Amino acid sequence: MVAYAWLMLLFPLLGVLVNAFFGRRIGKRVVSWVACSAIGLSFLVALGVLVGVAGSKGIEQPLFTWIRAGNFRVEFSLLLDPLSALMAAVVTGVSFLIHIYSVGYMAEDPRYARYFTYLNLFVFAMLILVLANNYLMMYVGWEGVGLCSYLLIGFWFERKSAADAGKKAFIVNRVGDVGFALGIMLIFATFGTLQFSEVFRRAPGVLGPAVVTAITLLLFMGATGKSAQIPLYIWLPDAMEGPTPVSALIHAATMVTAGVYMVARNHVLFDMAPATMTVVASIGAATAFFAATMALVEKDLKRILAYSTISQLGYMFLAVGVGAYSAGMFHLTTHAFFKALLFLAAGSVMHALAGEINIMKLGGLREKLPTTYAVFAVGAAALAGVPLFSGFFSKDEILWRAFLRSPVLWLVGLVTALLTAVYIFRALFVTFWGKTRAEKKLWEHAHEAPAVMSVPMLILAVLAVVGGYIGLPRLSLVEGYLEPVLPAGHIAEAGALEWVLLAVSAVVALGGIALAYYLYVVRPEAPARLSRQYAPLYTLLSRKYYVDEFYMAVVVEPLRRVGRFIAELFDPQVVDGAVNGLARLAGVCGEGLGTLQTGRVRSYALSILVGVVIILGYFLLR
Amino acid sequence: MDAIRYLLILSAVLFTIGAAGVLLRRNALVIFMCIEIMLNAVNLTFIALSRQLQSLDGQIFVFMVMAVAAAEVAIGLGIIVSIFRHRATTDVDDVSLLKG
Repeated sequence: MVAYAWLMLLFPLLGVLVNAFFGRRIGKRVVSWVACSAIGLSFLVALGVLVGVAGSKGIEQPLFTWIRAGNFRVEFSLLLDPLSALMAAVVTGVSFLIHIYSVGYMAEDPRYARYFTYLNLFVFAMLILVLANNYLMMYVGWEGVGLCSYLLIGFWFERKSAADAGKKAFIVNRVGDVGFALGIMLIFATFGTLQFSEVFRRAPGVLGPAVVTAITLLLFMGATGKSAQIPLYIWLPDAMEGPTPVSALIHAATMVTAGVYMVARNHVLFDMAPATMTVVASIGAATAFFAATMALVEKDLKRILAYSTISQLGYMFLAVGVGAYSAGMFHLTTHAFFKALLFLAAGSVMHALAGEINIMKLGGLREKLPTTYAVFAVGAAALAGVPLFSGFFSKDEILWRAFLRSPVLWLVGLVTALLTAVYIFRALFVTFWGKTRAEKKLWEHAHEAPAVMSVPMLILAVLAVVGGYIGLPRLSLVEGYLEPVLPAGHIAEAGALEWVLLAVSAVVALGGIALAYYLYVVRPEAPARLSRQYAPLYTLLSRKYYVDEFYMAVVVEPLRRVGRFIAELFDPQVVDGAVNGLARLAGVCGEGLGTLQTGRVRSYALSILVGVVIILGYFLLR
Repeated sequence: MDAIRYLLILSAVLFTIGAAGVLLRRNALVIFMCIEIMLNAVNLTFIALSRQLQSLDGQIFVFMVMAVAAAEVAIGLGIIVSIFRHRATTDVDDVSLLKG
């Protein structure tokens, strides 16, 4: 199967071409079949590759030479190793389920074919990113997924907020991508090649500490943009303007984890730069914590999940930042399952209630939407880290590895775990328990999602439960599988400590749930009282630490002012003035000289005569 | 005083008459004739100096000038006839379409 890995890219590409050119003529049924089967087949190939490359150090499969200019060569080759195979399988698998879900969710949309074209294009770009064997190809995929993200966030572009959110995502990502691009250029300047294997092979001999720190920091800057980390996380909450399956696929399960994948892929370089590692781990921990606090007071269900995604991505960066790459990839995998599940469940709520997403206007939905409630509860338990659910194992692995590096990081992670349990169960209780606060008409029309939507949710729910068993402590399949690419390193035998930490985080998760239960079920009036009591803190959280306002004032406004100055003063006065001035000068000269042109032959003759006399006079009297 | 001086003064006078005619007269035909006077004043100079210097070069130049003048007359008269047909005038001041 490994030899046919290129089919993984071909199927989504065919899906794009068919739906882009014929999508409007072939009808919705055919469009959905084409799109879903393309990803389904791609998933099957990915599974084959996943099995095929087990234990191998990586196979490079050249497809064609993409750029050849003098000494500069870029091959379009696939790098098939356990890391890329795992990532590709997760991407195509989750994409497949979400494609099927979308068939139901987008059924009424007039731009149905366009939606699936973008979705297939996204999978294609993501697979290029994942399977790239060199930085340039990875960059192409990186930008490709960014483009699809932009297109899909602004999919309902009639709504100004959606169009603005798309622009915001694109522009904020651009900031990070500048760093990524500079990092790639620096790599090329240092090594003269962009191929991963070459760079990693020569890195220990060639790189000095300063250069490797610069390279890794620049690469990480790209990761903070794409993976929504401090300081560039602000685009992700707004990205929720897109259709919910898009939020599930791109802004939870796959694209935003590209940064984690990229760091894991470059672990050879990152391991050589301890300063960068500290930055990565610290930013990861800080992002995890701050995003979780913001999720505590958010009222929009999808935005709660968005902050949760930012927070969980923070965990993954914490993991890779302490050198636990396979733990990061493990959490990436389980997170893809349970976060996609939570988003799809949120989408099911929106579907049932005509797009209502403010949890304060929901409530009591477990009567009306029992399946959605059940799968949301599973997802929430996995996210909160309830023992035996998938998130428990992956998060615990990270916390343990963080503890070995620095107890402070562990403590931040642990507090975040508590907050995580509180905010997600707050969302669960407020949305599904108690009496409904929905409008009567909406409530009566509320209905469970059709099978095409609920079956993918159920499959993801199963994965959200059992997904963790591939990475049991001490018996980790994931770690063993990734071993050829990501050496586990020598971990000190912690003995009992590991189990103690496991117990602590289990207690914390359950404690958080209990706290949420107390606050939102037993004493529903308590949160309002608390928010009044700590009004400044509540305002600070609900205004998201004023970060958006800060960026607005410090970056956007000055740029706008410069733009306005150029548009209103510099351009009309200086640029136009120069152009018009030159034209006027030519006109004045022409008019002046035109008076000499009398049209009278005799005056011309006179001037000729005078000229001759002057010239002769000059030569004679010299 | 040598003959050559008289000849040169005569040709200068002729040339001045021609030039003044070109500048002062308005009839195209008269201007044309004045140009011929100027050309022949020059021819006279050539001949006089040819004799003075005992060289045939000047005479050869005169033949050249006469040939060119003949060609010029043919073209110039053609233009004047053409103008006259279009505008029924030979007054050069009436023909000032190229005024800037």
